[in-house]
Amino acid sequence: MLGFAQIFASRLVKAAVILIAIVVMNFFLVHAAPGDPAMVMAGEAGAADEKFVAQLREQFGLDRPILEQLGTYVGKVVQGDLGFSYRQQRPVWDILAERLPATLVLTLTAFLLALALGVALGTLAAVTVGTWADSAITVVALLAYATPIYWIGLMLSLLFSIQLGWLPAFGYETVGAGYTGLAHVADVGKHLILPVITLALFYMASYARLTRASMLEVRGLDFIKTAKAKGLSQGRIVTRHVLRNAILPVITVAGIQAGQLVGGSILIETVFAWPGIGRLAFEAVLQRDYQVLLGIFLVTSIMVILFNILTDILYGLVDPRIQVSQ
Amino acid sequence: MTRRLSGIPASFRRSFNGGFTRGFHRAAAAGLLAAVLAVPGTAALVAAPAMAQETPVRGGVLNSIVQPEPPTLMLGLNQQGPTQTVAGKIYQGLLTYDQKLNPMPSLAESWTVSPDGLTYTFKLFQNVKWHDGKPFTAKDVVFSTSKFLMEVHPRARAVFSRCESITAVDDYTVEFKLKEAFPAFIQAFEVSSAPMVPAHLYEGTEFRANPANATPIGTGPFKLKEWVKGSYIQLVRNEDYYKKDLPYLDGITFRVIPDAASRSLALESGQVQQTQYSDLEPFEVPRMKALPNLTMTTAGYEFVAPLSWLEINHRVKPLDDKRFRKAIAYAIDRKFIRDKIWFGLGRVPTGPVNSVVKFYDPKVTTYEPDLAKAKALLDEMGLKPDGKGVRATVKIMPMPYGETWTRLGEYLKQSLSKVGIAVVLESTDAAGWNQRVANWDYEITTNFVYQYGDPALGVARTYISSNIRKGVMFSNTMGYSNPKVDELFAKASQENDPAKRQEQYSEVQRILADELPVVWLLEMEFPTFLDKRVKNANKTAIGVNETYEDVWLAK
Repeated sequence: MLGFAQIFASRLVKAAVILIAIVVMNFFLVHAAPGDPAMVMAGEAGAADEKFVAQLREQFGLDRPILEQLGTYVGKVVQGDLGFSYRQQRPVWDILAERLPATLVLTLTAFLLALALGVALGTLAAVTVGTWADSAITVVALLAYATPIYWIGLMLSLLFSIQLGWLPAFGYETVGAGYTGLAHVADVGKHLILPVITLALFYMASYARLTRASMLEVRGLDFIKTAKAKGLSQGRIVTRHVLRNAILPVITVAGIQAGQLVGGSILIETVFAWPGIGRLAFEAVLQRDYQVLLGIFLVTSIMVILFNILTDILYGLVDPRIQVSQ
Repeated sequence: MTRRLSGIPASFRRSFNGGFTRGFHRAAAAGLLAAVLAVPGTAALVAAPAMAQETPVRGGVLNSIVQPEPPTLMLGLNQQGPTQTVAGKIYQGLLTYDQKLNPMPSLAESWTVSPDGLTYTFKLFQNVKWHDGKPFTAKDVVFSTSKFLMEVHPRARAVFSRCESITAVDDYTVEFKLKEAFPAFIQAFEVSSAPMVPAHLYEGTEFRANPANATPIGTGPFKLKEWVKGSYIQLVRNEDYYKKDLPYLDGITFRVIPDAASRSLALESGQVQQTQYSDLEPFEVPRMKALPNLTMTTAGYEFVAPLSWLEINHRVKPLDDKRFRKAIAYAIDRKFIRDKIWFGLGRVPTGPVNSVVKFYDPKVTTYEPDLAKAKALLDEMGLKPDGKGVRATVKIMPMPYGETWTRLGEYLKQSLSKVGIAVVLESTDAAGWNQRVANWDYEITTNFVYQYGDPALGVARTYISSNIRKGVMFSNTMGYSNPKVDELFAKASQENDPAKRQEQYSEVQRILADELPVVWLLEMEFPTFLDKRVKNANKTAIGVNETYEDVWLAK
């Protein structure tokens, strides 16, 4: 285990270099898009003159040479300052922090639900391969995977909010209700059900299909025959031998998706008016709110890198034959 | 004024507009006297007893939609459409306008205009307080119009820069002296055109960076209670409102709902009781209209009076030839556009002035669909069809403001191909579109512009040659230039005699309808949906942007 800390540290150093590269690339990428925030705001105001646009550009620092802007930005990022939103006139950190809880409660819940259900259903399908249960799971997974999620979202909200009236159709909490403590949790929970189910369905489908395929492959290998020959129980073979060997591809995919959790889900957040980071990012693109966009890119990049490292470590724990190496 | 940006599957929103006038004029206008005497007003907002049989009840919260979410509610700094709808309840202007665009009192109780049209005197209501308790006086009016708006508000800057002086005669009287007569001046005091801002919070500060921008302090009947970004804006009753017992409502909540389909569901399920502007896609309107608990009206948009058109870059051949522009006009069916793309919302325009705006004149050349005429014009220009039947190829960049504009682009492509004009559709997003149009980097695009109740405020700006200014949106981006048109607009803007003014505007409308600098497509109408329990809403030319001081909810 001595090498472990060393390896971890060297991965972090590499990650830092990658991050700086990402920041610089993103900076040029967002500035390459036509138009700038001053132009967008002039268009929205429906009225503009030279002075209006010039004032905004000056206020936003857009009148400075692009390399100077980059220097200022990188300088701030290194000190942990993500800058200031042109549009909202607030620090980017504050804006992100405000959206982060709503994003995480949605994506994390959906992610965990999808992972648990997906692996369970995939296992069940693999164990009962060829029977009606397998076919049913496969069909459901295929449908959930292939249907556009915003459509599923709209249909669910049509059924459960409009027709049945059981659940709120959109939003994060009841406006003006002033709930605190448990009542607040229950309120948010009620609003959370439809978006979580919609988002989880999609991921669940991919985990279920992956688990099933991978388990069927492992099941045919020699060591499983050996295990059967030893007289081990079916349950023990499935969990200890098949699943543990079949789970690696699921971990790989889950690791990638976990890295994107803080990015939120633009479609779900839009359909359910959920105040998350996905929508914030989308709006920032349209409004050319460069600093907000760069801030979101940076935070998601950090998460992706972190989860990649975590995934690598997890591999080693699940399958000790895999060594984390330089 | 605003363009609302949008979202994904089929969303986008609201309009924007445009406004302002830029320095045109000069041209000695025979200074006719003709005094416009304004009516001291009491009338208006207070529920007309003849109509309202029911007695207003106090209480209740109105839920509506705000989309897209505004960057700030400080109306002086931002006049995006959604900002106006929300901030119109917090801030007030000196005047508001009835649906015929006649001025009505808001913060000004009465006003007079001198016979030479050079001096405008406003008497203010005396017991008005800012939301922080400080009194509202003439000092605030002078600060707002001569300092604050002059610095940050392009439309107000164009109007108030015409003033020789703006002075507080006493605490409740303000006098505007103009350098030259400008009869459209009286149309410039609506809440988004000239919102009153508190001098005691802004005087001597850097306006855009003032921390008070986050907590708007106005004089209106509602105050900002809470704004949860991305979710909702909650307004509550101003208990100290200067009109006794008003407002009726306890509060108004605006919800941020980015998806157009979800907005329809919100209205249908009763979670919101009001939608406005482009909250709903036009194709949803017929279905919503049929719902028994809702009423729909297109009134209340007279002040903005949007006119949409095919904006044509005159710097590109053959678009500089009026015969080509006329061929385009004959090749398209504007009734079809109104009925099938806008689902019946709007009116077919005749010329550059929206028919609800003052000095509109229908007696101009009009263009009924006629493919033969279109082809004849193209033949006359020497544009003969090639082997594939193509006479010319043009690029059309539809406005990126939602599904409907995209459909319009597809329709244009199809109809122009029938007369041998091949169309390449270009796509872009809002930022790219603004950038390209402002910098003349387009061939044809669709656009719509607000008219602000008077040709001098909202029409002249896109046709006069002094307003050909690269990099500026809502200017004469086509590059159209006709000295006669310049002269007529300049004269009319200073003409005190309404009859003469009408003559000048009629003539300019006839010239423009013949030269067709743009091809007018639609006098746009926006649907306002109201739950039938909502009473007294939508009575003025600014409809949903009104203060809502006397709006009430039936139980």
